[in-house]
Amino acid sequence: MTVKELIDQNLAEVVNAGEELDRKITKVFCCDLLSIAMGRAPAGCVWVTVMANINTLAVASLADAACIVLAEGARLDENAAKKAEDQGITVLASERPIFDLALSVHDLLMKEEREKEGKP
Amino acid sequence: MEDAIVLNYAISGEDFTRAGEASSDVKKKLKQMGVSPEAVRKVAIAMYEGEINMVIHANGGEITVTITPEEICMVLDDVGPGIPNVELAMQAGYSTAPDEVRSLGFGAGMGLPNMKKYTDSMEIDTRIGEGTKITMVVKI
Repeated sequence: MTVKELIDQNLAEVVNAGEELDRKITKVFCCDLLSIAMGRAPAGCVWVTVMANINTLAVASLADAACIVLAEGARLDENAAKKAEDQGITVLASERPIFDLALSVHDLLMKEEREKEGKP
Repeated sequence: MEDAIVLNYAISGEDFTRAGEASSDVKKKLKQMGVSPEAVRKVAIAMYEGEINMVIHANGGEITVTITPEEICMVLDDVGPGIPNVELAMQAGYSTAPDEVRSLGFGAGMGLPNMKKYTDSMEIDTRIGEGTKITMVVKI
């Protein structure tokens, strides 16, 4: 599943559609501590978090996440939204809890995996 | 070194929201040079952690990045307070970051451990009251 295909699922509102919409999503990652996310977020992940400040964008970009999904109604402020746009980082947002959002993305990835293997 | 490219960055100690700009620039340049995504990611993570540390603890400093066909060397030099106990600071979870930094999602005591984890070598030269110089190398 690519970032674009995730957007098309309408799981969350699009705050910013970034530059790498064809990027393949590898995993889902949940963490609100940027220090931990920096070291542990897998490259190409969908990072689900409530931490919506400008540093979240820097971490997502440097740790090479495919996109950010903000949960629980967290929103970027004006500066952070501008940075997302400038740096071409895809950011989605939803009122739903972290676990629900992560599970939805995980289900989509698993469904794709099953289809690839020809299983129902 | 004939083939070396040297990049210099002055890190401001005042603006936490700008922390990461130097690392982002290095990441961009390495990508343009065709360095492998894995090496780029390692450099980006290690340098960003160092950059954040300089902003939080040392009121900024200077970063010099030297790129050769074999490796990327990052030297982070500050005139901050120094690290009183390096062994303790290297332990995951140990942090002296202030509350306002923690409220932004940092200060979990993962900075130095992450820097070590993502580099092939890391040396810390620190003097109390004088500053800290960290040299990190990522092999290409």
